Amino acid sequence: MATMTRRKWMAAAGVTSVAVGFGGGLLADDAKVADSVPDRHFQDIPPRELIRMGHLPNVELITHTGKKVHFYDDLVKDKMVVINFMYTHCEKVCPPIMMNLARVQKMLNGRVGKDIFFYSITLKPEEDSPEVLKKYAREIGVGKGWYLLTGKTDQIEFLRKKLGFTYADPAEDADKSNHIGMLRLGNEPFMRWSACQGQARTEWIATMISNEADLPYGRPVRPTPVKVFGPGAAAATLGGGAK
Amino acid sequence: MWYHDHRIDHTAENTYKGLEGFLNLFNQFDTGDESTGFHLPSFPQFDINIILNDKLIDPGTGKVCFDTFGFDGLVGDVQLANGKVQPFLNVNQRRYRFRVLDGGPSRFYELFLTNPANLNQQIPFWVIANDGNLLVHPVQVTSFRIGVAERYDVIIDFKQIAQTFGATTLNFENRLEQVNGRAPTGKILPAGQGTTCVQFKLGAVVADGSVDPATNPTFYQLPALPTPRITRSFRFERDNGQWAINQQFADCGVIRFTVEQNTAENWHIVNNSGGWQHPIHIHLEEFRILNRNGAPPPAVEVSRKDVIRLQFNEDDLITMRFRDFRGDYPTHCHNTIHEDHAMLLLWQVQPGVIDNNQNP
Repeated sequence: MATMTRRKWMAAAGVTSVAVGFGGGLLADDAKVADSVPDRHFQDIPPRELIRMGHLPNVELITHTGKKVHFYDDLVKDKMVVINFMYTHCEKVCPPIMMNLARVQKMLNGRVGKDIFFYSITLKPEEDSPEVLKKYAREIGVGKGWYLLTGKTDQIEFLRKKLGFTYADPAEDADKSNHIGMLRLGNEPFMRWSACQGQARTEWIATMISNEADLPYGRPVRPTPVKVFGPGAAAATLGGGAK
Repeated sequence: MWYHDHRIDHTAENTYKGLEGFLNLFNQFDTGDESTGFHLPSFPQFDINIILNDKLIDPGTGKVCFDTFGFDGLVGDVQLANGKVQPFLNVNQRRYRFRVLDGGPSRFYELFLTNPANLNQQIPFWVIANDGNLLVHPVQVTSFRIGVAERYDVIIDFKQIAQTFGATTLNFENRLEQVNGRAPTGKILPAGQGTTCVQFKLGAVVADGSVDPATNPTFYQLPALPTPRITRSFRFERDNGQWAINQQFADCGVIRFTVEQNTAENWHIVNNSGGWQHPIHIHLEEFRILNRNGAPPPAVEVSRKDVIRLQFNEDDLITMRFRDFRGDYPTHCHNTIHEDHAMLLLWQVQPGVIDNNQNP
């Protein structure tokens, strides 16, 4: 913040207007300064394009079926996607997460491959060739619309950073056995990007994915059956969630 | 009080766009009229809400932007108060009440009054309320720390400050260093090197019918501490980059435990990390902080609250009663980026249910 002078600021602030609650009008703004600000020649870039530029590079990848694809153009554009990072020899978080995805794929009832797509990108492309990924895909039951992806090491590292699957601490970030187990959920045309834990309960993961896919279209929300742990279960069934 | 959008997984971006606001409530004591009740400065002229937010500006477009791909949290490069960039406020020389809210998404603040003409001065003011609840008495401070979703009401006596310190301008300055969304570094920057959130320009001396906090007025007494039926513990942690509470992941289809209606409980809110801080918000009932790592809370936190700043390596003990309402409620981190990446759990209140799970 120290690098930005108030004057430069006003140029930026001129195009933003964030009105917050009431009280917003009570603090005066220094409008006089704005007149003397030189034109910064800001570009008008649509937000969807900004997200693509910042986070969705068009890197070349290879699917477990041996097909060459481009990340943005072929995999993400106009689609509802679920993205995670993994590697076939991972012994810690990948087995439970990949088994979860396999179950979620079934719960989504034929939608994967139709209007929802899963992408599992290897963190160790030097080990995980398309052939290795193909064998692994068979083992865990990867179906239509779910692609295990490999590619050039530097391209995958670039993509991982762009998608935010990073730790701030460089040592932590370099330790692949401790990699991030989140699932990135993205409804690209609606610019809705969120995430959920890959080790969460599969019913909840499936609910989150279908909600992200359906809500922007105004389709009904998938109902979540509520499970109550402990002695409260009986009361909840009887009393419901009455407030 | 304040209100904001709470859409699951998208709270941060929605509130960031401005879907948040204040709701001020008055009663026969806190009347909004300084000639009645507790004689607090009159609303709206001398009782002013300030919501603090920081925003990222995209250098290409010059517009406010948001990073929906970051897991750690978002700190902006530009400071806003009530949606304006570092605004000023013309004030008269008298007492004002400011209701300060940290509107997030991730930044913690330590707010000081800085006289730009003399950076060495330590300028006192008064904290009178925490999370919307008046303290028993005003507490004199030279700064206070506030996390996302916390509210601190302060009284600043501009007349006295002008007389004592010769100030004509005062900066409400955040001097807490924070370089990423995970936590503040803890370093307090030198006066004048922080970020001015609001600048006060002092005007004429005017009549002041409000109570002088220096006379130590009494507001509300806190009720006696309840006897807890059970003490539960909640460890906020991260497992392979996934937020977890007691090693379990978020699931809005699961109620993790049940509180018996018309009982009190003590909860340990625990952070084993030296790298993260979390403003933890509990829905439904307000709590009181019994201790922070075994030590009594600072005077400004002796209050009913609904957000607790969970700092590095802390085990904070809170107590709360569950009375009027039953139903399902969340507890979550109010760093809205952490909240959207599902640092939350659900619990319920029901009559006549004994759930003795101490680590739900």
